[in-house]
Amino acid sequence: MESDEPSSSTVRDDFRQSLLATLPHLRAFARGLCGRPDMADDLVQETAIKAWAAQDRFTPGTNMRAWTFAILRNHFLSELRRSRRQVDYDPDLAERLLVTGPDQEGPLHLSDMQAALQRLSPERREAVLLIGAGGFSYEEAALICDCAIGTMKSRVARARAELARMLDPSAHDDNNGASAADPPRRLAAGGASSGRQTG
Amino acid sequence: MDYALRSQCFMDDRRPIRRPPASARKEAQPGWAKGLRSLYNSVVDEPLPESFDDLLKKLDGQDHGK
Repeated sequence: MESDEPSSSTVRDDFRQSLLATLPHLRAFARGLCGRPDMADDLVQETAIKAWAAQDRFTPGTNMRAWTFAILRNHFLSELRRSRRQVDYDPDLAERLLVTGPDQEGPLHLSDMQAALQRLSPERREAVLLIGAGGFSYEEAALICDCAIGTMKSRVARARAELARMLDPSAHDDNNGASAADPPRRLAAGGASSGRQTG
Repeated sequence: MDYALRSQCFMDDRRPIRRPPASARKEAQPGWAKGLRSLYNSVVDEPLPESFDDLLKKLDGQDHGK
């Protein structure tokens, strides 16, 4: 082993460790985005390979999770556009999710949560996942989604209002402002918000 | 009616109503907000499936390649 550039191999090693540590989070984000474990894992693997290939563009010391999440969401959206496949909600898979979730307490089932998420538009879904589950700041989430912070805040607020309406009937009264701006027609239209009827 | 409701409010004023601190407000989040985190965390806590073995090998191998 030549030790001409020891720092270079250390950087690679650090990068790999950091990327590996991020994989569980990427899986969680991807699962939330597309709702399907198999598709989500494909997305994560493709993301990891892209990230590895692009590692020169990663600034060591910056947020690996944010960097890879951005790669994943861009990849997800381009897949969505390219294949125009409906991201169908599969109740059997949701049931399995429910079984794997160890800490399901209260009346809300994780399968309900997953189903509700899938009814949000992709923009709102990613927004509420990043802020409400991933623990990112609005600023970080805005960078990941390449939008303004104000846009991110409004997407999260609308996503929260929609989720509250779907999952927490008692919240109806608390969300008058948000629901007025966001007619329930969108929800009644069902599954994929950008879906088109074929035929 | 309105007056009755309002006067009840005034009666409750014996206890000053304060905005709870940020930590307490987090506790008071609706159940679905907790559910969203549970959904996410349940996946984070899963071990990586076998389908990732090839990827992990690839990342390892490439490191020693050059």
